[in-house]
Amino acid sequence: MDKTLNNKAWFLVLPVLVLVAFSAILPLMTVVNYAFNDTFGQNEFFWAGIDWFEEMVTSDRLHEALGRQILFSVIILAIEVPLGIFIALNMPKKGFWASFCLVLMALPLLIPFNVVGTIWQIFGRVDIGLLGHTLAAMGIDYNYTNDPIDAWITVIVMDVWHWTSLVALLCYAGLQSIPQAYYQAAKIDQATRWSVFRYIELPKMKGVLLIAVLLRFMDSFMIYTEPFVVTGGGPGNSTTFLSIDLAKMATGQFDLGPAAAFSIMYFLVILLISWVFYTVMTNLDREENR
Amino acid sequence: MRIRSSAIVMTVYLLFLLIPIYWLINMSLKTNTEITSTFSVWPQTFTLQNYVTILTDPSWYMGYVNSLIYVTMNVVISLTVALPAAYAFSRYNFMGDKHLFFWLLTNRMAPPAVFALPFFQLYSSVGLFDTHIAIALAHCLFNVPLAVWILEGFMRGVPKEIDETAYIDGYSFPKFFIRIFMPLIASGIGVAAFFCFMFSWVELLLSRTLATVNAKSIAATMTRTVSASGMDWGVLAAAGVLTIVPGALVIYFVRNYIAKGFALGRV
Amino acid sequence: MSRITLSKLAHSYLANPTSDADFALKEMDHVWQDGGAYALLGASGCGKTTLLNIISGLVRPSQGRVLFGDTDVTDAATTERNIAQVFQFPVVYDTMTVRDNLAFPLRNRGMDAAYIAKRVGQIAQMIGMEDILSKKARGLTADAKQKISLGRGMVREDVNAILFDEPLTVIDPHMKWELRTQLKQLHREFGHTMIYVTHDQTEALTFAQKVVVMHEGRVVQMGTPEELFETPAHTFVGYFIGSPGMNLLDAEIAGSEARLQGVSVSLGAAYGPTTGRTQIGIRPDYVTVSDQGLPVTVRRVEDVGRHRIVRAEFAGQPLNAILPEGMTLPADPRVAFAAGKINVYANDWRIAPMGA
Repeated sequence: MDKTLNNKAWFLVLPVLVLVAFSAILPLMTVVNYAFNDTFGQNEFFWAGIDWFEEMVTSDRLHEALGRQILFSVIILAIEVPLGIFIALNMPKKGFWASFCLVLMALPLLIPFNVVGTIWQIFGRVDIGLLGHTLAAMGIDYNYTNDPIDAWITVIVMDVWHWTSLVALLCYAGLQSIPQAYYQAAKIDQATRWSVFRYIELPKMKGVLLIAVLLRFMDSFMIYTEPFVVTGGGPGNSTTFLSIDLAKMATGQFDLGPAAAFSIMYFLVILLISWVFYTVMTNLDREENR
Repeated sequence: MRIRSSAIVMTVYLLFLLIPIYWLINMSLKTNTEITSTFSVWPQTFTLQNYVTILTDPSWYMGYVNSLIYVTMNVVISLTVALPAAYAFSRYNFMGDKHLFFWLLTNRMAPPAVFALPFFQLYSSVGLFDTHIAIALAHCLFNVPLAVWILEGFMRGVPKEIDETAYIDGYSFPKFFIRIFMPLIASGIGVAAFFCFMFSWVELLLSRTLATVNAKSIAATMTRTVSASGMDWGVLAAAGVLTIVPGALVIYFVRNYIAKGFALGRV
Repeated sequence: MSRITLSKLAHSYLANPTSDADFALKEMDHVWQDGGAYALLGASGCGKTTLLNIISGLVRPSQGRVLFGDTDVTDAATTERNIAQVFQFPVVYDTMTVRDNLAFPLRNRGMDAAYIAKRVGQIAQMIGMEDILSKKARGLTADAKQKISLGRGMVREDVNAILFDEPLTVIDPHMKWELRTQLKQLHREFGHTMIYVTHDQTEALTFAQKVVVMHEGRVVQMGTPEELFETPAHTFVGYFIGSPGMNLLDAEIAGSEARLQGVSVSLGAAYGPTTGRTQIGIRPDYVTVSDQGLPVTVRRVEDVGRHRIVRAEFAGQPLNAILPEGMTLPADPRVAFAAGKINVYANDWRIAPMGA
């Protein structure tokens, strides 16, 4: 749609600006203030320059958390995106069963994050959880509170459980927009199942997949509550992701300076990666239009 | 053949989704003694005591009330400011519109952990700490950008001619917006409200940081179930089940819009 | 290529149809000749798309058989029938180039590259898209996309039939002419059996050698445009074809005369005894307005350029006549019918004169 140029539109955007400024810019300024100063409390600040940043950039603790975070996000995307597409392709197209699946699939998305954590914390426990108990009964040595590998598996399965439906529902919405004639034409053209997917379904899902990948990347990169409830970041530091580490630093140890510096870098990293994702995908889109 | 294989896939997937939830419900109907002493797939000594505990103890049920209050406030605030903004983005070009839109979206990408502490200090200094409005405003950080984004997608689907016809017919902007335009994008508003509800309802970190007593959310309440006699699993499970209920209700009401809604009106 | 036979074919979308009304297609027996150009004409919801989908195999009929040549294909899948179909809205593979789009049906059938290249070249020339073969299909206009769909339908030489489901709906009026002319030319060149579904009589009459008129799930007539015009087999055909449609007047038939409200009119041929509601049908083109014949009340006169249409009434029933240019309407208008052009209908179906 062609839009008209109208700078009065700013008045319509003003409420959002004021609100977001209050809830985003002011706090960010506080963060910046902490990041460049040292304090002994009571609002006394000493200029610390980029000391905190230096400390953070060179800190092994941060490197490890970042490494774990990237690994986690990559695994999550590698499982949830293909699985979500697969589920979307298998969903009933219409009628009672379609709404039935939609409602049940949306359910995990509306469970508070900490309850998701609680559910899996209980579910995985060897003494009282169905999963842990069953695995133990099968002779598999599984204990997410002691074994880092088990802890990782639990956290990943939990995230898959929690969020795959989002990817699936987005893809499903994309698939729904394909007119029946496309499938009929493909039949007549003797297209294989793979061709139908590759040339009809995938192109139609691309827009929503972009949204899905972006959302899943951002949210998995910021994940805090669920692993915190299940593993508390442990055993050891094995499931301490960036947000958990940050919260430990800021609200646990009150290392405000380093935490603030950490925050800023964290935010910038997310922005950078999201921006790269976004540009790469929109560019691909534009090239195809040429 | 294809229908059968996809039915199997869906059954397996839905079981995977539902079994952990079932386990939670199962545990919420057991006594603590049964939970810790015997292992059973359904309650041997069926009890509603855990639910009674929650619904009679103000420190528990006020958690729900508080959560519902700030979630509702958040939905109202988010939609009120997002509607005109989304209209502006969908209809007009103005100085810096593209940058502003991207900047709004970046707020959706901000990790709540980054904002937790500054929020705490900001709201403490203006005397809003431990109030519902503080949490509602804090959640606007990620809900307003999302609401603008969703609504903009739906509004783009409404032909511009409708606006022009209304102005020719002598409608003023506010009258046109409320009487004609909002009914047209009613499903979009519903979807945006759904997402705002969802993200505000499920969030823990900010709501826990910003409230201690008066506005304490149910999510935060649940983190304190360790009593003298050890973990109170039954009550914890029952509290968990009760947090799923509002979400399930909301899903049930919007079930016909879910598919379109999740595509954010952009397919 | 082969003849298409529909034998005792009927279809209902309900699981257990009970009455006649439950059937979207009522029982029919028809043979579609090899290499013919047919148009399926009818109002929306008359069952023409259902019939087309049965022929293409997208819908399995609830009764009867479909034969291609001598082979029973009723239970054969679309792919096995070797037909091509062009849909109402363009279906193109957006991410492919125009060339790949055209080559897609051939590649899926494992044709060799040299043949594909040659064939795609021919088709591209035909639809006038040689210049943009390497362009992605996505950015093209609806017109161009529909041309690609047409081209993809045409690219295979060995198809049993090409089916068109109102293919020109999205095309601009001036392009419609061009594409329809191209289709006719293609038909002459390659001799494919073509079945063209439309609700537009001009489209049907100009495209097809034979027009199949459908009404309420039934094929009411299958004939050349001339037959449809001169001897409509059903009152619906008379009404649907022509502008304005055929005049229908209640009458009693006695031998070679019809009695209308006490006035007798010569039919030009003798008819046997009739039962049920009898009507005579006469095209407005064969009604002359002068000061002789049946008295009518003129309601309105419409000037449509080359001639004028007189909207009149005879004994409470509407009656239209064509008034050629230069003729004037008499003060006491009366109408006369060209005797050999009158058709007789009993319960909406035409009856043939004796000895015919």
